[in-house]
Amino acid sequence: MATTGPIDLLPQSPTRTRSAVAPATPRVGHSRARRIATYVLFGLAILVIWESVKFVGGVPWRFQNVLGTDIDIEHFPPFRWAFASDLNLPHWWNILAALAAPVQRNAESTLAQFLVGAAFYTWREAVIGFIVGALLGLLLATVFVHSRLAERAFVPYVVASQTIPIVALAPMIVFAFGPNVTSVVVIATYLTFFPVTIAMIRGLRAPDPRALELMRSYAAGRWATYWKLRLPASMPYLFTALKIAATASIVGAIIGEGPGGIPNGLGRAIINFNQQYITGPEKLWAAILVASLLGVTFFVMIRALELVALRGRPGAAEG
Amino acid sequence: MTETAAAPVVRIQGVDKVFTSGTATTTALKGIDLEIRRGEFISLIGPSGCGKSTLLRVIGDLVAPTAGTVEVNGKPAVRARLDRDYGMVFQAPVLFDWRSVEDNVKLPLELMGYDSARRSARAKEMLDLVELSDFVKHHPYQLSGGMQQRVAIARALAFEPSILLMDEPFGALDEMTRERMNQEVLRIWEQTGITVVFVTHSIPEAVFLSSRVVVMSARPGRITDVIEIELPRPRGVETREERRYFELVTAVREALRRGDADGADGGAAGATSGTGASDGTDGGPSQAALDRARAEGGIG
Repeated sequence: MATTGPIDLLPQSPTRTRSAVAPATPRVGHSRARRIATYVLFGLAILVIWESVKFVGGVPWRFQNVLGTDIDIEHFPPFRWAFASDLNLPHWWNILAALAAPVQRNAESTLAQFLVGAAFYTWREAVIGFIVGALLGLLLATVFVHSRLAERAFVPYVVASQTIPIVALAPMIVFAFGPNVTSVVVIATYLTFFPVTIAMIRGLRAPDPRALELMRSYAAGRWATYWKLRLPASMPYLFTALKIAATASIVGAIIGEGPGGIPNGLGRAIINFNQQYITGPEKLWAAILVASLLGVTFFVMIRALELVALRGRPGAAEG
Repeated sequence: MTETAAAPVVRIQGVDKVFTSGTATTTALKGIDLEIRRGEFISLIGPSGCGKSTLLRVIGDLVAPTAGTVEVNGKPAVRARLDRDYGMVFQAPVLFDWRSVEDNVKLPLELMGYDSARRSARAKEMLDLVELSDFVKHHPYQLSGGMQQRVAIARALAFEPSILLMDEPFGALDEMTRERMNQEVLRIWEQTGITVVFVTHSIPEAVFLSSRVVVMSARPGRITDVIEIELPRPRGVETREERRYFELVTAVREALRRGDADGADGGAAGATSGTGASDGTDGGPSQAALDRARAEGGIG
C-alpha cells in the first residue's frame, strides 16, 4: 500500500555477493512522516470535496453579522441535489459538533463518550468472535491440508456458508443461542473463519517441495513438519486473512447486536440513530464514523502484530 | 563406524524407477547397480532426464524405487533415513526465511532432540567450518547466494550424517563463486571424512571434486560408465591446470557422448540430446560452452 523502496523486492540473484548486510529499512523516520502527511492530506481532501458538493448542490445558507460586523453573507447553490441536502449529507462540522454535544437532552455524557463506550463493547464481542473464528479457520485448514478427502468433502460447504446473507442467518443464530452476547460472538465467528480457512489452505501448502523433502530427510513426522515448517511458512498468508477477518468481525458484531438484542453496542446505537434520522442525521453519521474508526483501529492492531511476527523476513515491511 | 574401509556405504542393486502419470509412464532409472565406499566423493553426471537426481533421491529414500534394493550402511534406505544418516543439500539453499542463519543450522538438531547447549555448540562449530561465524544472527535474505548455500551445507552436516547428498548444489551460482564453493566443499569433505554423492551438470566440477565420476545416460536413465579420478589430493587451483585434469575432463566428456549415442537408438545418434529436456540444460559435449554461457549470462 504505501511507498517503500524497491530494495525489499530485490530478487536473490547469485551475483549479489558484495555485501552481506542488507540495508534494513532506510530512512524510516522520513518515510513515516511522509506517510502520515499523506493520510492527513487525503482526509482533508475528502472534507473539502464534501463541502464543495454541498456548496454546489446543497441548501441555501446565510451568516448574519459576520465577525461582529453588520455584513450578512448569503449563498444560494446553483443546483439542488437531494443527496447533498442537510438531511442526507450534513455539514461535517455539524457531525463533529454532535459528537461533542450531550447524547440526549440533560444527559451527562457526550455523544462521543457514548459512542466510544459502545465501540469498546462491540469490539469485545468482535475480538472473541475473531479469535474463535481464526482458531476454527486454522483448524479446518489444517485438517484439509492433511486430508484431500476432507478437503473435497467440506470445502464446498465452507464456501456455501458464506453465500448466505448474514442478515438472514443472524435471527436464526439468535433463535438457537438466545438473545445474548453468545449469539453476537457466533455471528462474528461466522464471518471470521472463512477468510482464515481459505488463506491457510494455501498458506500451509506454501512451503517449497524441497523444504518438505528436507524435513523428510530429517525423518520429521507430520506434526514436526507442521510446527517447524508449514505453520511458520504460512504466517504471511495468515496475517493477510486476519486483516480481512478483523474488519469482518466488527461488521458481524454490529449486525448481530440488532437481532441479538444487545443494548450496549454500536449496533443498537446505529439502529436507534437510524430511527431518529429525520430529527438528527448527524448522530447516525457520527455512529458510522466511530464504527469505521473501530474497524480501522482493529486492522491496524493486527498489522502491528504482523510486523512483529514477520520481522526478519524479506518483504515484511510490505503490507 | 568400525567397519572396514572396503565395506560399501551404499549398495544399489538392480534399481528401476518408473514414473506413472495417467496412462503415460516414464522409465527414469533402468538396471542401476552401484556401490559407494566409505569416504568416497562420487559425482553423478549426465544429460537432463538421465535420472541422476532421481537416483540421488532413491539413495536418500525420498523416492521409492520400482524395483531393486538400496542398502545404506548395511540397512534398507528407509531405515537409514529414519536413523538420520543423510544430509541433504539442494540446488536452492531452501533456508527457512523466518529463522536466522544460526537457527537454520539448529533446525535438524531441534528435530533430533539435541539439548539447547549442544545445539548452540554444534551450530557454532558448523558455521565456523563454513566460515560464516560473523553472520550467525543474519537472516537468509541478507546473504549472497553462495553464503546461503554454505549455510545449507552447515545445516546438512550439523547432525553428523554419514552421507551427504548434494543435488546440483552450485548450479545456481556464477562460475567464480562455484569454483570457490568447490574448493570449500573439498576442504569440508577432507576435514569430516564424510561420504558425498554429488549430482552435477558440470564436467569440470565433477572431475575436480570426485574420486569417481558416474556417467549416466537418458531414456532410460542408466549408468554407462564409471571413471576413476586419480588426481592427487589435496586439490587446488593448480589442479585445474594439470594435463591429467584435462585428460580426465575429456574422458568424461567422451563417455557422455558415447552414452548419448547409444541411447539415441541409432538414427539420431550424434552429439546432441536437446529433446525433452525439462530443466533446461543438456549434458552433452557442449557442456563447457553451456557453463560459460551460464556464467556470463548469470542464469541459474
